[in-house]
Amino acid sequence: MIEPIIRIRDLRKTYRTGKVSVEALRGVNLDVPEGEFFSIVGPSGSGKSTLFHIVGGLTPPSAGSVTVGGKDVSQVGEAGRTELRRKQVSFVFQKFNLLPNLTARDNIRTALYISGRKVDRFEPEFEKILALLGIAGRLDHKPAEMSGGEQQRVAIARALATKPAILLADEPTGNLDTANSLAVLRLLRDLNERLGQTILMITHNAEAAEYGHRIVHMRDGQIVETAQTSHSLPH
Amino acid sequence: MIFKLVWENICHKPMRTLLSVLLIGVPVTLILTLIGLTTGYMDESRKRAAGIGADIRITGPGSNVLSFSNASIPDKIVDLLATEPHVAQAMGTVVAPIEGFDAAIGINPAAFNKMSGGFTFEAGNTFQNPNDILVDSWYADQRHVAAGGTLNLWQHDWHIAGVVEPGKLGHIFVQMEPLQDLQGGAGKVSQIFLKLDNAANVNGTVDYLRKKYDGYKIFSMAEWQSLISVDNIPFLKPFLRVIVGIAVVIAFFVVSLSMYMAVLQRTREIGILKSLGARNSFVMGLILAEAFVMGLGGTIFGIVLSYGSQYAIHSVMPASLPQAIVYIWWPIAGGIAMGAALLGAVYPGMLAVRQDPIEALAYE
Repeated sequence: MIEPIIRIRDLRKTYRTGKVSVEALRGVNLDVPEGEFFSIVGPSGSGKSTLFHIVGGLTPPSAGSVTVGGKDVSQVGEAGRTELRRKQVSFVFQKFNLLPNLTARDNIRTALYISGRKVDRFEPEFEKILALLGIAGRLDHKPAEMSGGEQQRVAIARALATKPAILLADEPTGNLDTANSLAVLRLLRDLNERLGQTILMITHNAEAAEYGHRIVHMRDGQIVETAQTSHSLPH
Repeated sequence: MIFKLVWENICHKPMRTLLSVLLIGVPVTLILTLIGLTTGYMDESRKRAAGIGADIRITGPGSNVLSFSNASIPDKIVDLLATEPHVAQAMGTVVAPIEGFDAAIGINPAAFNKMSGGFTFEAGNTFQNPNDILVDSWYADQRHVAAGGTLNLWQHDWHIAGVVEPGKLGHIFVQMEPLQDLQGGAGKVSQIFLKLDNAANVNGTVDYLRKKYDGYKIFSMAEWQSLISVDNIPFLKPFLRVIVGIAVVIAFFVVSLSMYMAVLQRTREIGILKSLGARNSFVMGLILAEAFVMGLGGTIFGIVLSYGSQYAIHSVMPASLPQAIVYIWWPIAGGIAMGAALLGAVYPGMLAVRQDPIEALAYE
């Protein structure tokens, strides 16, 4: 049996604010195979962002295990989680989160530099991705000079530049209009199909979630439903 | 890539950067100006000492190497010294402090001319009356006076008989006897200069005189010029340390405040870098590199400003406060400013490193 690229077992996360404890995750179990485009939906407070942050190594779990690419990230410290972000996962955020002082090219080069890769020129394979994303001609512009859709495509390019095992997308269409939302979702699916890129996307939007192979519904820190979409990952 | 990030960050807030650079530059200028003034004063004193043409300088018992003590040596000693072996000429002068670092020199014109070769007059002529005074051109410029005018010193109006070229012992000269009378030191001199028959006899004569005139401060002119240094000016070294300390504190707090603001303003960007997998050392490196660049900018600005202070001081007080540009102090002042800047960036850097990436990314 092939080991899933993300394996989550009895994952729990409790936030403490003063004397108040909030259980954000209450025993989540999940396997995500390599190459899957996986959507997580749920209302605010359902725990989907917390799950996203733990899988991405932005915060440690309180209990349970999370294995990403064969490594149990629940057992590593901050340095280990930093290495996970450098080598294994990349993020696409709702607010794009590009460095505002840098051009699109330098935003991508920064990610390459941090991951320890060459920054002097992009690989031909990555140039093709830039062409696919339609931003090859916009690389010398700063974020403020680009539309929201363009900024999000730059953010996707930056995320893919380091060849991550997993692309984590947090409401990637949340700040975009309908046309740009559709374009970004199609791009994500295209990248998944062409490159076999594993994608974990969280969204409020049920239509957006349909672009994935599988949808997990979360509520009150637990997975309440898992469903295959019409684009199910072929077995 | 780090340089690019740092540079773009610096350029992103030009006013903040400019203010930080200016504020770091001020203590650098402060240090360089103070060092320049002391060095300039010493250099100029040495040149003027050399300009007298003497071989040996003698001051009274208890005097400081550089002090302008009131006349304390009986002028009979001058006559006695003139009879010593190898002494071709002995000349006493009176040093009368005016204000600040300035002093007037009371001379016997004939003896002074014989020893130094005489003044070169730029305007006017030599002493004609007891009330006459000579000033060098720097002092004339500083006080905005000219030959034929008057100069009030010690509540006494002197007639400026001539303006001379600088470089001979002092900036202001009066005849010795009127000055002795005015200072209440008739028959006393402040210092004695000896001219020997042969420069090769200087060391031997100094040794001989030191044994014979116990208690007097007797130095060859070469020795005396070497003693004209910061070390021999009372309180100057501690004063310098205080100024350097103030410079360090200013640079530390300026950079600390500036970088603290920068870290706050860039909370989200730090979160982005962390989400990209930036290690703590990378984040800290960025902050320190930015502080380094600001420290470097402040140092360059401070050096440029020290030329400005030199010009301004020379315009106002060319005789009293000659300011040298001391190149060797550029890296020292720069090192002090940059060291303080880097220290000031450490705490904001630690704040940046400790930022939680999720909270940082959520920062608006």
